[in-house]
Amino acid sequence: MELITIILSGILIGASVYLMLSKSLIRIIIGTALLSHGVHLMLLTMGQLKRGNVPVLDPEVSSYTDPLPQAMILTAIVIAFALTAYILVLALRMYKEIGTDNVEEMKGVPHDD
Amino acid sequence: MTTNILALLPILIPLFSGIIMLFMGKRPVRHRVVSGITGLLMMLAAAFIVAHVFQNGTMVTYIGDWMAPFGINLVIDMASALLLLTTSVITFAVIVYSFQSIGIEREKYYYYVMVMFMITGVNGAFSTGDIFNMFVFFEVFLLSSYVLITLGGKKIQLQEGFKYLLVNLISSNFFVLGLAYLYSVTGSLNMADIYLKLENYDGSLVIMTIIAVVFLFVFATKAGLFPLYFWLPGSYYAPPMPVIALFGALLTKVGVYAIARTYSLFFIGNEAFTHQALLLLALLTIVLGSVGALAYTDMKNIIIYNILIAVGVIIVGFSMMDEIGTIGAMYYLIHDMIIKAALFMLVGFIIYRTGKADSERLGGLIKRHPVAGWMFLVAGFALAGVPPLSGFYGKFFIVQSTFDNDHYIAGLIVLISSLAVLISVVRIFMNVFWRGDMDFSTLKPIKTDKLLFASIGLVIVSVVFGLAADLLYPFFEMAASSFHDPASYASYLTEVE
Repeated sequence: MELITIILSGILIGASVYLMLSKSLIRIIIGTALLSHGVHLMLLTMGQLKRGNVPVLDPEVSSYTDPLPQAMILTAIVIAFALTAYILVLALRMYKEIGTDNVEEMKGVPHDD
Repeated sequence: MTTNILALLPILIPLFSGIIMLFMGKRPVRHRVVSGITGLLMMLAAAFIVAHVFQNGTMVTYIGDWMAPFGINLVIDMASALLLLTTSVITFAVIVYSFQSIGIEREKYYYYVMVMFMITGVNGAFSTGDIFNMFVFFEVFLLSSYVLITLGGKKIQLQEGFKYLLVNLISSNFFVLGLAYLYSVTGSLNMADIYLKLENYDGSLVIMTIIAVVFLFVFATKAGLFPLYFWLPGSYYAPPMPVIALFGALLTKVGVYAIARTYSLFFIGNEAFTHQALLLLALLTIVLGSVGALAYTDMKNIIIYNILIAVGVIIVGFSMMDEIGTIGAMYYLIHDMIIKAALFMLVGFIIYRTGKADSERLGGLIKRHPVAGWMFLVAGFALAGVPPLSGFYGKFFIVQSTFDNDHYIAGLIVLISSLAVLISVVRIFMNVFWRGDMDFSTLKPIKTDKLLFASIGLVIVSVVFGLAADLLYPFFEMAASSFHDPASYASYLTEVE
């Protein structure tokens, strides 16, 4: 089970790298979202996947699930969500201001004067 | 085992001040008053914390009274306390500087709110004792910095802001990845607890080295270390001067602090590789930063490349991991935060007054602004490390430590880099303030009293810091101890039991 999720997260991260290397803003943004999904899946796997157990620490219970990775993923997902929202708004603003969504045309630093 | 409110103040004060300002609406003058008061309060709280830590040792707060390795706790040792104090001094200066330079439109659109939220994140990252909590605070200040870099919506700001956002977003994702690896190896997130667990670590060193490299990738991107500084000169060029001063003084230094923390607590199993790699990267950063600082005539660019040199020098000190090296690194870290903010503000003053950023197109300004001119020279000397000024002590200890550890080339590169710094800064001074007179009628008639108050105030702080360095030595000795002797950082866990 762990192996499958690790491979899956590898595929997600690979896809995100492909998307982020493209020239369109929207593709890059989707790439960042995929990257965070891949990373979160990896984080989940690190706590070991055991199905059907409860996340409690009790002398009576011999087998339990580690709740901490899930708590961390929840935090990380919220942060990734906020970032995606912000980056989408920024992309919209850039499209209006610069008039293109092609990153090739965003090279160079224009001078102040 | 109680929640000590004093340790929480550096996080709570700016957070609540930001929230209050949000509810005030678009009222710039009130925002100025509130943020000014907040700056003063933060300085007061941080000064109390420094005094408290100096007398009673490391200050630990258990949030919600959860026991140490399980709950999140704030651990303020001397290094964190000094960084908190420096952060609040710089924040106050930048806020005063912003009154006359950031522009009413940005002030209306919650500029001060974003500064406060950013300081919340920076202070949190300095004071937390939990590595995941550090990630969260990193995101807090990064999200505010994304807003600050794009606030105003100029073409260059959007263009560079997007790149800045993308680079930091990728490195933040790698931070989570590194955390996942670290958690799977140690099963803990508390930094002191991880240190204690890794002391008896008998697993594979390879996996720890891989984690070290992942963390180095993350923090080197934030700090601007070779080869991951590529985004820094472009992105820091875009926002207005007060924002650059904040970024240059604080954000890169948070990355440096995180490297120092993780490389002293976690990755000490394979120092022959990890710390040598750190040293090599730091030296390459210094060399390339010097090349950049000497190559440009644009004042902003010169100071931005000086950030890289300083980051390299500090990391050289921390990569030595002995007492003298870390004391030097702490001295240089604090010194560089203050002086870099001061220099950015002085350069900003020149740019606001003349409207030009290229030093070769200016000249003879000393006739109009003698105080600013001489202060710039003092700040430049302090940056290069001319003896009675503050940069000297840090560099002295760092170079001594490199010679002690037989890294003669590293010591020489640090020394030669001082020369590059001196040439680059003095060249600005000679071009802008001496030479033939420029056309003074093109000077912009702006109010400058607060700009000069903030920038000259910081230069004076730096000079006093340099002159009082001997008196402050016990503070820095204490601050460095948690880096070269990580057991003292983790002692709060062992003493409880």
